[in-house]
Amino acid sequence: MLRLDALKSIYSRLENRVVVTIMGAVAAELQSIGHRSNFFYLQHAMGLASSMGLGIALARPDSQVVVFDGDGSVLMNLGGLTTLARYRPRNLVHVIFDNESLLSVGGFPTATSTGSDLAAIAAAAGIPRTATVRTLDAFTKSFDEALGAGDLTTMVAKVEAVGPSGYVTDLSLLENRFQFQRYLASTREAKVDK
Amino acid sequence: MSPVSTANSRVVYDALKASGIRLMSALPETWLVHLIRMAEDDPDMVLVRLAKEEEGVGISAGAHLAGMRSAMLMQNHGFLASINPIVSGAQLYRIPLLMLISHRGEFGERDPWQTEGGGVTEDLLHTLWIPFGLLDDPQHVAHRIAKAQTLAYSSNKPVALLLCRDLMWED
Repeated sequence: MLRLDALKSIYSRLENRVVVTIMGAVAAELQSIGHRSNFFYLQHAMGLASSMGLGIALARPDSQVVVFDGDGSVLMNLGGLTTLARYRPRNLVHVIFDNESLLSVGGFPTATSTGSDLAAIAAAAGIPRTATVRTLDAFTKSFDEALGAGDLTTMVAKVEAVGPSGYVTDLSLLENRFQFQRYLASTREAKVDK
Repeated sequence: MSPVSTANSRVVYDALKASGIRLMSALPETWLVHLIRMAEDDPDMVLVRLAKEEEGVGISAGAHLAGMRSAMLMQNHGFLASINPIVSGAQLYRIPLLMLISHRGEFGERDPWQTEGGGVTEDLLHTLWIPFGLLDDPQHVAHRIAKAQTLAYSSNKPVALLLCRDLMWED
């Protein structure tokens, strides 16, 4: 499965959801499909995309948060899985694209290439719903189930270690940050108005 | 009975509440026990207990962008552990991060294992260009926390307050 195809297959589901991605291929590929103001790309601070997602999910229980993570990033913050499980935000879906490598810095293999199982680690950390998917059909099915489950899910999508030719896009980091904050503020006001 | 000051912890806690803090992330250490219990007992506070301090930078960044004011409670060694996300997260993305850091290893420190971090904390804050102030007297806690918060929001940058022995410890 290609990560780009996986992202394309569920892109329409992201329209009214709060999306946080890691840096590198995930950010560049999601932008290549089409940037939206409800997408935030954490272009550094590796490991903390799921922590940001937790902060948003706790601050805004009315919203549904989707985090697109990676194996290299999750391995830098395995303790964060225990914090996610502890607070169990039911409005958060945590997707880990696992290409078993640090693709954007030369493709060096990570520990998932030698058997570390991130879905099993997430389950053992206490995440109530976990899955590992290897095909596009299984990915879209599992993602839709997670969106409808009303509980915290960590799903690992095994993808090929290929990505875009470059990672820098024309969206500046601060432009993205303030646009995203305004999006979140606008949805809060919309809720209050009702 | 712990010599950590309950009364002064309450002064700090009340000042954080008054400045609009609704989420605290914390990793327990001796000086923070009362503050953490106060957050735990407060139905209007979201307390996030961390496995490692750097998670707190991400959680606070997310909470800020989502419109909720937060603070991080940590020891200075936790600050040392958080430096990458402070730089490559909170500073890169201009996040007004309020950090309350227990200043272990100052004059009067009795635990040998806490002594090394005390000597580097202020120098690192200077090096990172993080504005900071000392909380060492209950009289100035409330206005220093309020002013720190004001600067964090006007500059969109991290700020720090060092919880000092004279405030936190009764001996």
